[in-house]
Amino acid sequence: MQGSSKPGLSVNIAMNTGPNKSESHAALPMRMTISHVSFFYGMKQILFDVSLGIADKKVTALIGPSGCGKSTLLRTLDRMHETVTTARLEGEVLLDGQNIMAQDVTQLRRRVGMVFQRPNPFPKSIFENVAYGPRINGFKGPIAEVVEKSLRNAALWDEVKDHLHKSAYELSGGQQQRLCIARALAVEPEVLLLDEPASALDPISTAKIEELLVELKNLTTIAIVTHNMQQAARISDFTAFLLTGQLIEFSPTPHLFTTPTDPRTEAYITGRFG
Amino acid sequence: MATSTTTLKGARPSSDSRSFLSRLASGDELARLITMIFAATVVLITVMVVWELWINSALPRHKFGLRFLITDVWDPLADQFGALPFIYGTLVTSGVALLIAVPLGIGAAIFLAELAPPRISDTLQFFIDLLAAVPSVIYGLLGFLVVVPMMRSVIFPALNKPLGFLPIFKGPSYGVGFLTAGIVLAMMVIPYIISVSREVLLSVPRDQREAALALGSTRWESTWKVVVPFAKTGIFGSIFLALARALGETMAVTMVIGNTPKVAASLFSPGYSIAAVIANEFTEATGDLYTQSLFELGLVLFLMTFILNGLARLLIIVTTQRGSGMGNL
Amino acid sequence: MNARLRWRKFVSNFMLGMTGVCAVVSVGVLFLILGYLLYNGGTSVNWDFFTKLPKPVGESGGGMANAIVGSAKLLLAASLVGVPIGFFGGIYLAEFSGSFTASIVRYAADLLNGVPSIVVGIFAYSIAVLPFKHFSTLAGAFALGIMMIPITLRSTEEFLKSIPRNLREGAMALGASKWKTIASVVVPAAYRGILTSILLALARVAGETAPLLFTAFGNSRWSSGWSQPTSSLPVMIYNYAVSPYEDWHRQAWAAGLVLLGLILIINIVARTILSRGIAVPRS
Repeated sequence: MQGSSKPGLSVNIAMNTGPNKSESHAALPMRMTISHVSFFYGMKQILFDVSLGIADKKVTALIGPSGCGKSTLLRTLDRMHETVTTARLEGEVLLDGQNIMAQDVTQLRRRVGMVFQRPNPFPKSIFENVAYGPRINGFKGPIAEVVEKSLRNAALWDEVKDHLHKSAYELSGGQQQRLCIARALAVEPEVLLLDEPASALDPISTAKIEELLVELKNLTTIAIVTHNMQQAARISDFTAFLLTGQLIEFSPTPHLFTTPTDPRTEAYITGRFG
Repeated sequence: MATSTTTLKGARPSSDSRSFLSRLASGDELARLITMIFAATVVLITVMVVWELWINSALPRHKFGLRFLITDVWDPLADQFGALPFIYGTLVTSGVALLIAVPLGIGAAIFLAELAPPRISDTLQFFIDLLAAVPSVIYGLLGFLVVVPMMRSVIFPALNKPLGFLPIFKGPSYGVGFLTAGIVLAMMVIPYIISVSREVLLSVPRDQREAALALGSTRWESTWKVVVPFAKTGIFGSIFLALARALGETMAVTMVIGNTPKVAASLFSPGYSIAAVIANEFTEATGDLYTQSLFELGLVLFLMTFILNGLARLLIIVTTQRGSGMGNL
Repeated sequence: MNARLRWRKFVSNFMLGMTGVCAVVSVGVLFLILGYLLYNGGTSVNWDFFTKLPKPVGESGGGMANAIVGSAKLLLAASLVGVPIGFFGGIYLAEFSGSFTASIVRYAADLLNGVPSIVVGIFAYSIAVLPFKHFSTLAGAFALGIMMIPITLRSTEEFLKSIPRNLREGAMALGASKWKTIASVVVPAAYRGILTSILLALARVAGETAPLLFTAFGNSRWSSGWSQPTSSLPVMIYNYAVSPYEDWHRQAWAAGLVLLGLILIINIVARTILSRGIAVPRS
């Protein structure tokens, strides 16, 4: 079942499928579709005609050297680029077939959540952090249940269940990041975007978060930017490799990391640059 | 505000490991001594201020003790001096000023920090800085010749007709009084609230606001429920600074408060403040008890502003540190 | 879009609009003040104002020549107190002191800065008027000078500290002693910032009235020398404004316009110079 409900829209996804045809990307439902997207800060162009699909309930990784535009691309998916006045987007991004520019941005951001590079809990208690999203969206039911569910989904419940009213800043870095994930999950997003979520954390916390993300794809579609190739190889189903604002290659993860099609991809993953 | 450069130990510009003799020979020791004397003068003057206030208020302190602070009577002819009407007037006018200036100031700071593009924000801040440079006597001039008539003809009727049954809005009004002084003071302290709050709001990390937006907040919700609470300690600091300024303000208040030493519930009533009574009566004061009671009022005022300023600086330092990622609160 | 979201968006736009109103109102006060001064005093800023002495109570006409000269004398003498102490004290803090003594001096300066101007006035009275049994220009200058000290001290220290180490090291590597380095390299590098900060401090005390009430006091005639009481612009404005005479009100507006005009011009010039690269200290 294709996610696109717009007749006549053809999306060319440069996808190299592996030997296992049943995992063919094109056959999977797309939660989000990025179509011929170019991005500018004022006169400076950052992204050049990027097209790819974010498959439903899968983990899609965006990798590439610093400055390749992967974070910029991620941030267009929840229109976070609009916080910068000189930012300009060309092309289309669709969520469930609907152009994201055509819907209300506040509503879009509830449906597409984001976790940031450095943990950024609000200066409130653990409980209040997770409750924030449901509350402003008018959730009327028992909020404590939502908080518990989200914290469980973020694998943080056991560690904080007796300390819900303590300040979020008393948690360690890794715990704070899982709190931010719980906070994002509390509004039940259809897509969860993560921008290098573990880059500020120690290896153990990183491992915990990676485990968590693999579990989470059952709940929500995941798109993750990472500069850690091993991480992408470990947890993602599909990987897109970007270089200086262009999409070089987009394949199922095992394929991209073992038999990359483009020589530049191979150079990057073998560590010759970036 | 001051930021000291953090340097390696021993690499500070002031550390000097040469021997005393070599420092003497090069003239550096002399330079150090001379500049140190000037610096010491600063400390000396400050100490002297406190000292003079203390010894010049000895008579009333011994005669009245702490009762001075709660006595309502100010009768030079009967040698009865109590600070209560002035403390009351100082606090009430400052309170009214804050009630007006805080919402206006924080609102403006939010606009400047969150909404306005940087060029407009900087330009408006420049005007606010100029406003802070307007001397007190000019505010007083405006207050006496413009706000006082306006109080009589516009503000008093507007508040007294519908709400005159409330004790705070009881008439009559002579134009001068607590409310007039509060309005003039509000104009004077708004720049302080705006400047500091704007700086503090700008120092809130971007990703706090973005996290709120990413959860589906509207711009106002992200500002009011996340950014402002993050900066709230610093904003309180700005309010304390503004309060300290309002408490010590002399000329503008003297010209519009009515110069009547009484404790009254109505905001339209004329009153007095500590600074105003000193300004009006100091040169006319006859006799040591009278003069020294005025000195004691100066001491009380000094202590009030001292405490507030200290608290304010503490709060501002704490917030700007938090914004840079350090400190857990 | 459901009703709740529509409401939230309405609230958002409304509240953000209100913050804009707050900003306009706040900045508007400045223009309101200027407007009133120009409207009420503009026509009275004439040749008479600058050259004539005040007329006796009740008579119209006259000017504020003595007040203008008085203010100028006071500021000149105040700088002689406030600038050297602040400047050399600032050099001490930035170049010579240990961190403990530095923090004591800074704390004292902050304390001094927070002293209400009326309290500075009675302090200066007890030091500079009482022992001599008369009001004087010098006493007024003393009071104003004290108020200048914290500003000049902090600015000097900050601007000196902002001069990068390698500039100093360049001079010292050539054999210059510490004080020579400071005098010939560091201070010249920082002088723009320090000078403009001194100007800002002058602009600040030029408008101060309270400290002068019991020191310089006032004078309806010319004040000769430095040990006589003297008139000054701020005190004239005060006395004339609260008087019952229309003509004096008119002159008070004019004086207010002149005083504020001068203060604003100094502020605009100084802050513009400073903002080219260096952070402007808040008053």
